[in-house]
Amino acid sequence: MNKSPTASLSAESSIPIISVRGVSKTYAGGFQALKNINLDIQRGEIFALLGPNGAGKTTLISIVCGIVNASAGSIIADGHDIARDYRAARAAIGLVPQELHTDAFESVWATVTFSRGLFGKPPNPTYLEKVLRDLSLWDKRNEKIMALSGGMKRRVLIAKALSHEPTILFLDEPSAGVDVELRHDMWRMVRELREQGTTIILTTHYIEEAEQMADRIGVISKGELILVEDKEVLMRKLGNKQLTLRLRQPMSIIPAELSNWSLTLCEHGHALVYSFDTQTEETGIAELLRALGEHGIEFKDLRSSESSLEDIFVSLVHRPMEAQA
Amino acid sequence: MNFYGIRAIYRFEMARTFRTLMESVAAPVLTTSLYFIVFGKAIGSRMGDIDSIGYGAYIIPGLVMLSLLNESISNASFGIYMPKWAGTIYELLSAPVSWIEVLIGYVGAAATKSVMLGMLILGTARFFVAYQIAHPIWMIGFLLLTAVTFSLFGFIIGLWADSFQKLQVIPMLIVTPLTFLGGAFYSINMLPPIWQQISLFNPVVYLISGFRWSFYEIADVDVAVSIGMIFGFLMVCLTFVWWVFKSGYKIRR
Ligand SMILES: Nc1ncnc2c1ncn2[C@@H]1O[C@H](COP(=O)(O)OP(=O)(O)OP(=O)(O)O)[C@@H](O)[C@H]1O
Ligand SMILES: [Mg+2]
Repeated sequence: MNKSPTASLSAESSIPIISVRGVSKTYAGGFQALKNINLDIQRGEIFALLGPNGAGKTTLISIVCGIVNASAGSIIADGHDIARDYRAARAAIGLVPQELHTDAFESVWATVTFSRGLFGKPPNPTYLEKVLRDLSLWDKRNEKIMALSGGMKRRVLIAKALSHEPTILFLDEPSAGVDVELRHDMWRMVRELREQGTTIILTTHYIEEAEQMADRIGVISKGELILVEDKEVLMRKLGNKQLTLRLRQPMSIIPAELSNWSLTLCEHGHALVYSFDTQTEETGIAELLRALGEHGIEFKDLRSSESSLEDIFVSLVHRPMEAQA
Repeated sequence: MNFYGIRAIYRFEMARTFRTLMESVAAPVLTTSLYFIVFGKAIGSRMGDIDSIGYGAYIIPGLVMLSLLNESISNASFGIYMPKWAGTIYELLSAPVSWIEVLIGYVGAAATKSVMLGMLILGTARFFVAYQIAHPIWMIGFLLLTAVTFSLFGFIIGLWADSFQKLQVIPMLIVTPLTFLGGAFYSINMLPPIWQQISLFNPVVYLISGFRWSFYEIADVDVAVSIGMIFGFLMVCLTFVWWVFKSGYKIRR
């Protein structure tokens, strides 16, 4: 990586590692689970896919991984068409499924060895040992999977997905049924993987998880991708708080003396709304209130509100058309 | 060719076999021994020779085929049905393996297991009756070809089945009758002419006849026809599996 010239590096990194084009899925029963999805995942990023139950997250992931056939559209993964050049595409992808599907009677070691072979990689016990150690599974390597707890099984699935050194890792709800400690372990591991250059796509119901982990966030609802946004940008929107002051006397224009603050009038001049950034040190509220007092502007009530990612999420999901516009 | 992938599947399946070695081996050996005792010794002693072969020896090829068919079908159908049932098939579907590699892995392992079992039964038979093998190479050939063909057939059943009941129903309702009526315990020449004609529609007749020829050089139907029929059935199964994988029928939604 270090040796390659900067120019070619940036050119390479601008080519998405996954490119989803016009993908739709109608299940055998006639239910349309995905509607014309277009999505680019950048090399090396952590992308979080959010959406309510049944939105189509697992369906989308399953199509990219080759488990479900798309009804329409095409997908390029790591430079290879997933249908025409499925070997190369799939060899680059690791998947941790949402459900805990494991071979109950196999040992941990046997199952990760199997996964590595299945994906066409020559044996490498040293690498597999490292994977198991990183996931605190090394002590359990000879145990049968059925003897492990749910959280441990989830780790085994992660180890299986990593066993063939994928450049793209899908984590379908990695924190479902996982305690706080394991969740933090997992976040740490995901960050380490990202530092090593792995691209990670995860789905989650925990907004906190997306906030902590993701570089970008996509929201999917009823089979439609209704938002894809840089997390920082989203956080800035989210970082905006509003202070609403209900005035005793309605005003028609904002006095010039208050031009230092970003104020808007609403409720026909009965309310003054001040928007401020929670990320900065000084909110400017104290000064504003002092200035109001100095200019004899009285208010009978004040209330502050904040839009969380959760709010944005909920409003998006319930009003998809507005969000798109 | 994803050689490591084939090897992984093959080893996984063989490990499953060796984990259940007692059930896998003890049951068929016991069943066959019972057949020898009942048909070979008790009843066989009162039966005349068939084509100048003692009855006990005459039924050996048929009994081996009987186990071979049952074991091939049950091994292969179970092998592919289990991951579907447990959900672990997601990994197979998301792996860079082609259908032919999946097939070589599963069918190869199932066939290996049933050939080993066939040999074991032949060994067991030695304790009950003396028999000779006129064409050992052909005998092995028939064993392998039948094991592969019926493992493939079992694989298809495993793909098609969506419940344990369905997994059992074809072996029980179709394969068992066909094997019993396939001339394992008698020569079809002993049947009335009309039943001889009907028997010719039973593929198992050709298998057992060909296999028995490799032992004693006696056959109900021409050996060439037997070999042709096995290959024909093999081709039908291969084509069907190819179609299943191409269309994603019952595997990829
Ligand atoms: N095999 C199937 N046959 C028919 N419909 C299906 C099938 N699998 C999923 N669906 C439907 O497709 C829709 C999307 O399902 P999907 O599993 O992709 O949702 P999800 O976003 O992953 O949900 P969750 O958050 O609950 O995991 C759901 O309405 C589901 O009922
Ligand atoms: Mg899901």
